[in-house]
This record gives sequence, structure tokens and C-alpha cells, in this order.
Amino acid sequence: MTRASSRAQIHGWLLLLPAAVLLALFTHYPVLATLWHSFHSTPRGSRPADWVGLENYRALVEDPVFWQVLGNNLWFAAGTIPASIALAMLMAIWVNGKITGRGFLRLAYFVPTVLPMIAVANIWLFFYTPTYGLLEQFTVGLLGLPSHNWLGTKSTVLSCLMVVTIWKEAGFFMIFYLAALQAIPPSLGEAAAIEGAGRWYCFRRVTFPLLMPTTLFVLVNAVINSFRLVDHIVVMTRGGPDNASSLLLYYIYDVGFKFWDSAYASALTMVLLAILAAAAILQFALLERRIHYQ
Amino acid sequence: MRKVLLLVVAALIALPASAQEISFYYPVAVGGPIAKIIDGFAADFEKENPGIKIKPIYSGTYQESIVKALTAHKSGEPPVISVLLSTDMFTLIDEDAITPWDAVATTADDQQWIKSFYPAFMENSQTGGKTWGIPFQRSTIVLYWNKEAFKEAGLDPNRAPATWKEMAEYAQKLTRHDASGKTTQWGVEVPSSGFPYWLFQGFTTPNNVVLMNKDGNTTYYDNPAVIEALQYWVDLAQKQKVMPPGVIEWGTTPKDFFERKVAMMWTTTGNLTNVRANAKFDFGVAMLPANKRRGSPTGGGNFYLFKKSTPQQQAAALKFVKWVTSPRHAAEWGIATGYVAVRPDAWDTPEMKKYVEGFPAAAVARDQLQYSVAELSTHDNQRVTKALNDGLQAALTGGKSPADALKEAQREADRILRPYRK
Amino acid sequence: MTRALETIGAWLLAILWILPLAYAFWTAFHPPEFATRFDLSAPLTLQNFANAWNAAPFARYFVNTVLLVTLILGAQLVLATLAAYAFARYEFYGRDVMFALVLVQLMIMPDVLIVENYRTMAALNLTDTIAAIGLPYVASAFGIFLLRQTFKTIPRELDEAARVEGAGPLRVLWEVYVPLSRPVYIAYALVSVSYHWNNFLWPLIVTNTVGSRPLTVGLQVFSSSDQGIDWSIITAATLMTSGPLLVAFLLFQRQFVQSFMRAGIR
Repeated sequence: MTRASSRAQIHGWLLLLPAAVLLALFTHYPVLATLWHSFHSTPRGSRPADWVGLENYRALVEDPVFWQVLGNNLWFAAGTIPASIALAMLMAIWVNGKITGRGFLRLAYFVPTVLPMIAVANIWLFFYTPTYGLLEQFTVGLLGLPSHNWLGTKSTVLSCLMVVTIWKEAGFFMIFYLAALQAIPPSLGEAAAIEGAGRWYCFRRVTFPLLMPTTLFVLVNAVINSFRLVDHIVVMTRGGPDNASSLLLYYIYDVGFKFWDSAYASALTMVLLAILAAAAILQFALLERRIHYQ
Repeated sequence: MRKVLLLVVAALIALPASAQEISFYYPVAVGGPIAKIIDGFAADFEKENPGIKIKPIYSGTYQESIVKALTAHKSGEPPVISVLLSTDMFTLIDEDAITPWDAVATTADDQQWIKSFYPAFMENSQTGGKTWGIPFQRSTIVLYWNKEAFKEAGLDPNRAPATWKEMAEYAQKLTRHDASGKTTQWGVEVPSSGFPYWLFQGFTTPNNVVLMNKDGNTTYYDNPAVIEALQYWVDLAQKQKVMPPGVIEWGTTPKDFFERKVAMMWTTTGNLTNVRANAKFDFGVAMLPANKRRGSPTGGGNFYLFKKSTPQQQAAALKFVKWVTSPRHAAEWGIATGYVAVRPDAWDTPEMKKYVEGFPAAAVARDQLQYSVAELSTHDNQRVTKALNDGLQAALTGGKSPADALKEAQREADRILRPYRK
Repeated sequence: MTRALETIGAWLLAILWILPLAYAFWTAFHPPEFATRFDLSAPLTLQNFANAWNAAPFARYFVNTVLLVTLILGAQLVLATLAAYAFARYEFYGRDVMFALVLVQLMIMPDVLIVENYRTMAALNLTDTIAAIGLPYVASAFGIFLLRQTFKTIPRELDEAARVEGAGPLRVLWEVYVPLSRPVYIAYALVSVSYHWNNFLWPLIVTNTVGSRPLTVGLQVFSSSDQGIDWSIITAATLMTSGPLLVAFLLFQRQFVQSFMRAGIR
């Protein structure tokens, strides 16, 4: 293909056009529109939207629920991302090795991915129900520990939701790690064994660095998901008690589609977009250096 | 060829005018084959009124239904009528989505029809001298009690607690522990997840105080009587230890009752059929215990007429709503679902009389109507009630004192409602 | 010794992981009294499935979901293939800028832009249609990214050989690039199908009626009632709605993992 030949130019753009148009319409334009609308007031009935400058953002800063929700989401990310990635790696290593019942293990670990969150949230609601819920049938019935209102107490509700998320995510990430592990030539492991390296050493020095590209990929996914997945909140807690389990996207949904305050929802969305953008830059900048390519 | 054309034209002219199609969103808030009953109503009405087609659209919970109705209204294709929460009235007016029924219900017969509903239900249906909603599936909170558990605790199984003092006392006797000190049965459960403000009105009304004014632009969350009511509720769990601590999930409370994890529960009368089917013990239904007076908030949904509909559609919609709220059908609906039949003459129909004879518990909610008050409803309703919900949950989880929680909620509500007071 | 401990650990984790599904099976096939009681002598019943089926138009939800997932996947594959081909094999002004813009969608998915996208759909008069659910996702940055990477690894000799035979660019794409990227297509299809089968928030917002509602939304509106939670009927509905995906995964487990491996997603 000759460089910058006009035919190639036209063809290139034509091929790209459908995808580009849709991306512009549903990703790029909304980002800009959100910014625009966040500087206006919410139109109500016959009143149109007026320019209000930074007022929505001022309201945001003064809104204790926003800070609560933001804090929740950051804790949520911190709690679910490392855990689900570590667990996924562990699961992949187990399933990749010669462990008994490998097929069943792989199935069991992956099943949560196939079930819709909205469906399993109700089941988890049963698990967490005090006294006769599955968890308490074990802790109270068998172990004799005192009963606890897991989802109805501010201090435990977010952790309970984190467990549900980790349960849902780890199996999906496991598949990526499994594929990556199977691509690592066994000769590397054998060489390490000949040198007398233990399993942990082998993992730390050989396997883990080679899994870095997968880890980056999985990390991106995990970060996005920790801000994107709010289905379980809709079923299990509706953000309660007193916003202790509310996450940013759930609050945006409340504000935008329950209170119909679209301007404030736009301001909140800008915060979410800023966080995602920052996370993207951070990941690609920092981790880019530490990736070891085969 | 021309002959054929003429015949076709003649045939077309001879056809009756195309049917008016009335779409309506309805929520399913109680279980059971509700969709089938609604479809049955639609079919029966269509039989009696050829030329009108009823299209019921099942739209989820009350929350989801208001979202759907408003999104449909904003994007240009709203339903003609919808069953939505009675408390959504101000929101719908502010969004310019509905038109008052008085605009179409102009004949003397129509006016009589509007006056035929229980006044308690009309409180959330009228404002500014106009009728915006027609009661359809309405409820109140009632107290269900486990008669067997009462007997075991040495209480009269046929007598429910009538006052706050009695409820606390009975609950003490009903709370049981096992050898290691764990509670095996709680005395009472008042759910506090999702919409605790409604259950809270079951405490404020007996304490003779209301939470908002009729114009829907002022709330009284920090009134001392309101704080007192919350203190009583909080004490049940924290001081008297007869109620589980923390936020109690609405969805699992009936199951707790069936599992004998709790001996008394507060929940909607709409749960009557469910409890009857699933409680494997003798149970009773009673009005909420009184303090300074008896009382409960009303709840449930009204029919609303949407603005973006043609006059023909509105006339047809009026016909349908009048039909479905006629004494016979209101009784049918109440019997099938457990909702309170919305007009006094529905209770006098032979079917309803027979039903109440066989199941007296069904009449408790109706008897409570004379003491019932409007459900909390204001402009920007969702936000204003959320402020209260958050405060209630904060107090019930021990995070804030009732006074602090309610004062903060009031501050937030004032901020939201200020623009509506001009 | 550590091997034994590891095996036990792996098994315990697996049992924990499959517990919700196991519970769903138990509760769906037994009467409501046994939803919280695990009495092994309890009678089996299919009544819950009958009740669930009658309580909401699941048949219609199924049709909607299958249609939705298929249409989205089809459109995604076409658009991503064309765009990836452009990025991989063409030089044109603004190519790198465009690619960076595409990558934006990797982090900023339509899911977080619900408020604006809803407004757009309303303006286009598309609310409450299956198209509305799918359109924001049809241009998939993930797909474009994957396919571009794959196309770049295809040796140019094959490309040139086909051109020598007189093939135009689209024919080259169809006869050379697409067949050689099959594992990637399969892996991508699996991810896309399972994502969109289970997507909830956006379809909830953008659909109003049964005509366009997918299974997830149908399940949610049906399982949250004033009456309290009836786990028997909910688990029956859950099994019905996730059944196809579960069965598909059971049958195609191996291929699933292998296609990910061959796709070189790492």
C-alpha cells in the first residue's frame, strides 16, 4: 500500500466510518454533552435549562451523600480488585495443574460469570438473612456464634457486597490467566526446577512476571467493573442502610432516574468519568514499564 | 375495476370507527396471578364496550412504574392511564404529565362517582381543589400476630396489643432465648429497608402528628412528637431488645414470620393472601396499636390520566376506570389481591360480605380507614422521602440519635422544598 | 503434604463458589416450605417452574434476549472487523488519533453514560426498542482492539498473494484475514454474548414494555414484590433464564478456554 495514496485514505476512512460514527454518538458525544449539561440547571416541565456555571459542582461538594458514596466506591474498588485478581490467579494455577477433579473445579469457578447478577443477588440475599439464612445456619447453628444483621448494619453491608462481587468476578478473570498459563512454555518451569528452585520461588520469579500482561488486562477490567456493576445493590440493599452500600453509578441512577435531576446527575457522571480516566492513565503509565513481554 | 373500488370504499365506510386503544402501565406489588386478573378485567370490559381496546402493560414495582411512566412521557409515547403510587401526585403535576380527572368527569354521575371513595384514600388523590388520582389498589399497614406463639407465651391468643405499652409488654414476653443467650424468637419486627418512612407513619399517626402539609411543600420531621415516635421505634430494638437491631429487610419479614423467627410483624394488608397461604399456624390481623389515638398511613396506587392523550382516549379511559372501580369489580379486586376495596359500597356486595364472613381478618384494614391519614407526599417526593429514609435508617442502626437524625432530615427537606413555597 | 492441603483448599473454594447455584437447584425443585430447610426427604416438585412461567411472559423475554444478543454480536463483528482492518493495514491521516479515541471506550463504557445516552435515545425516538439497548454497544473498542492486534500478526505475504490473484481489499479481508482470526472471533463472541445476556442497568432504563424487555429486566421486575421474597419462584425463574448459558458453557468448556488461549488475550 503506497503511503498516503488517496485511494488508501478514502478506503481507510470508509472502513472506519460505521464504527467511528457510533462511537462518536454513544461515547464521545455523551462525554461532552455530560460536561455541557453539568453546567446547566435541570429542565422541569415547561422551564428550560439555564446556565448555572459551577453551581452543580458546588452542590456536589456540599452533598454528604456524594462523599459517602465516593468513599464507598473507593473502598469497594480497593476491596474487590486485588482480591478477585489474586483469587483468579490462584484458581488458574490450581486448575492448570494436575489436581483431582480439575473439570469440576473449573466449572465451579466459572459458573458465577454465566449467571446474571440480578438473579443471584436474590440468592445471596437469602445467604445473608439473619438466623435462617445459609450463612447463619452455619455460623449460628453450627458454630454457635451470635446472630448478626449482615445487610442491615452499616459496618458490614459493604463488605458483604464485596464478597458477592469477588465471587462473580474471579472466575471470569481465571479464564484469562488460564489461557496465559497454558501459553507459558513448560521448559521455563523445568529449567527452574533443575536449578533447585522451590514452587514459590518459581512462581514469584518466573510465572508472575510472565503473567503481567494478563494482569494488566484483568486489572483494567476489574477497575471498570468496580464502578460499573451495581445490579446487586438494586436487589439487595437499594443503597441502604443510610447510603452505606450505595456506589457512585447507583447514586447517579437514583438522581437521574428517580429524582429526575439530570443536571446534578451529569455533574456526578463527570466525577465518575474523571476517576475512570485517571485510573486508565495511571495504569498505562505506571504498569507499562513493569510488563515483561515474552 | 371502478365497481370493485366503490365496493371497497363502501365497505370501509360501513366499518365501525377504529377502536380506541387505551394503554396503561400497572405495577405488581403483591404476588399472585395479578397479571391474569388485570387481563381478565381488560377482556371483560372490552366485551361490554366494543370499540375500546385496553392494553395493560405490566411495568414492575411502583418505583419502576413511575420511572417508566415518566420516561415514556418525556420521550413522547406515554400510556393513556397508569396505576402509580398515590404519593407520586405532586411529581407528576410538576412534570406536567397528568391532567385532573375533573376535566373529563364532568357529568353529575361522574361527580357522584368521585365522591364515592373512602375519604382516607382521597387525601393523597386531591390537591388544589382538583382530583388527580382515582384510588385503585390501596392498603394500610396492619399488625399480624402468631396466635400459637401468644399461647406459648401465656398471652390471650385472640387479643392483639392495643397500645404501645401493650405491644412492648407482649413483645417482651414473646422474645425467647436459648441456653446460650441467643434470641430464637423476636417479639416484633417493623421492617425498615427501602421505604421506612411508610412504616414510620405507623408510629407518628398514633402519636397524633402528621409529617407534611396538604400543599406538599413543608415537612415536619423535627416536630417533638415525631422524634418521640422514632424514639419508641428505636427503643424496641436497642433498649427493650424485642426487635432485631439494624435495618430489617422488608422482603424477608413475611418469611421471618412464617419461620416463627418473630411473633408479630407490621406489613401491608396486601400481604394478607400471602400470609394466609404460607403461615402454617393460626394467625390474627389487627389495627396498629394506638398511643394518643389509633392510626396508620394509607398506601398503594391510584389511576392517573396522562396529558398527552386525545379527548377520545380520555373519554374511553374514564369509562374503563369507572368500570374497574365499580362496587362489583372493586370487591373482586380486593378479594383477589388483599388490597382494601376502595369504596364503602364494595363492602356491601354479596361476594365481599361472604368473603369477610369466612375471613374476618380481611375487614381489619377497612375498619382502620377511619383512623387513617395520607401517606407522606410532597413535591420532589423521592428526594424528600429519601432524606427521611436515610435519617430513619441512621437512627435504627444506632449511628445517630433520633433527634439528630430527624433534625438533619428536616434541614435537607427544607432545602429541597424551599423553591416550591413561593 | 502441601499438595493435599492445596487440593482440599481448591475443593472447599469450589464448593463455596457453586453454593448459590446449588441452592438455586434445591429451592427451585422443592416446595416453598423447604426453601430454608434442607431436609433431604423433602418431595420434589415442578410447580415453582410453572408458577414462574405464568407470572411473567418469559417466552417473550427469551425471544427478546436472543434477538438482542445475536443482533449486537452480528453488528459488533462487522463493525469491528472493518475498523480493525482499516487500523491494521491502511495508512491515513488521523489514524493514530482515531485509534486513541477508540481506546477511550475501553475505559468509558456506555454503562456509565446512561443519563446522556438515554437523552439521545429519546431524541432519536428509539426508546423501548431492542435497537436502543444494543446501539451504544455495537461499536466495540474491545473488539476493534483485539482484531487489530490479530490482523497485524497475519503475514503480508498472504495478503499480497491474494492481491496477485486479483482480489480487491474486501475480498482479501474476507478470504485471508477473517478465517485466520477465527479463535479471536470465537473468544470475542463468547465474551460479548455473556456480557449482553446478563446486562441489566441500561436495558432497565431504556425499555418500558414487555415487547423489548430482556430476561434480566424481566427477572428483576418480577422478583421484587411488596409481598416479600419467595425464593422458590425466584430460583425457578433464575434457572430458566440462565439455563441456556449454563448448558452452553457445560458443553463447550474446553473450546471456551482454548479459544481464549489461541486468541492470545493476555
